[in-house]
Amino acid sequence: MTYLNLFFAFLKVGCFAFGGAYGAIPLIRDAVLSHGWLEEEKLTYLIAVSESTPGPIMVNLATYIGSAQAGFWGAIVATSGVVLPSFCIILIIMVMLKKILYNQYFQTILTGLKPCIIGIILATGVQLIINNCLIAADNKIIAPKAVAITVFLFVILVIYRKRMKKRLSPISLIMISAAAGIVVYGV
Amino acid sequence: MIEKKNKIFNLFLTFAKIGLFTFGGGYAMISVIENYCVGKKKWITHDEMMNITVIAESTPGPIAINCATFVGYRIAGFWGAVFSTLGVVIPSFIIIFSISVFLNNFLDIVIIANSFKGIKAAVGILIVDAAVNMMRKMPRRLFPVAIMLCSFITMLLIDIFSWRFSSISMMLIAAVISLMCYSIEEYVKKERKRK
Repeated sequence: MTYLNLFFAFLKVGCFAFGGAYGAIPLIRDAVLSHGWLEEEKLTYLIAVSESTPGPIMVNLATYIGSAQAGFWGAIVATSGVVLPSFCIILIIMVMLKKILYNQYFQTILTGLKPCIIGIILATGVQLIINNCLIAADNKIIAPKAVAITVFLFVILVIYRKRMKKRLSPISLIMISAAAGIVVYGV
Repeated sequence: MIEKKNKIFNLFLTFAKIGLFTFGGGYAMISVIENYCVGKKKWITHDEMMNITVIAESTPGPIAINCATFVGYRIAGFWGAVFSTLGVVIPSFIIIFSISVFLNNFLDIVIIANSFKGIKAAVGILIVDAAVNMMRKMPRRLFPVAIMLCSFITMLLIDIFSWRFSSISMMLIAAVISLMCYSIEEYVKKERKRK
């Protein structure tokens, strides 16, 4: 049963994850929390690991969650689930439906879908930041150390963009945040 | 026959290299794929690469998989697509699978656990940063901005009140709303023309 659940959960993610990895994170979070596969904290760690290891982030997340739930075959099943939809969709488009991309109804759907996804991604980010700044998600006590690190990272991100005129790479920010974590929480 | 097998093998190796050395997922991969497939291997033209980018952005799933399937099929048909996709997936599968075996023990080490407490703060910020970047590229018109705000606020409310409502349902609603608005707009245009 676990195999089937994993496969279908990630098939759903693969079918609806528009806009790359960040579009998939809210969906994976939905799936993981509703099945009780991981706590939010562990998922956040995983996102960081997936960003700092090579390869498509969605594949990385699927592989890890599958492996943590049901070992090697779990990893295979979850990864196939997330890969199959886009593989099939591209094949179908190339073989017969090239026109569908330029179909006006399809384009209309995209004009509404894209902003909706941006809203979902933004909300997910904000939720993760808020939950991280509380000592535990259910008691609403603010954790000052976490707030300090968050503000520090935001300042670095903004200054870097102003000075260098480009985005700080995710890996650099993750490295800086790891150092900040060690400084603030001790060795 | 032998030539085709060579092509497929070459596709597999190239995409395995891309999968092994590209950090940061989708959009970082598009530039590396362009570098290999348009520049070095001359498998596809620059225009085709632009097409792939549009297709990858308007279809679901990992962007790297979309690109690999497209290029693979273009160069060597169905099996080309299969092996290019496998090429992108296998390196990261092996790496993450090995990590998954010992990550829990790894997190028991105090210094690692503390660094991850810092990393947790970075993940939320990275996601917000990605969303802000997408917002900048969004057309500044009432309809998309309204949809974005609605989905943002609804998602936050869902989380605060722990409602059971998935982001997928919300995306379907957004799709239906945009189709409805489009039909109304078209209808109004037709009516005006008739007058």
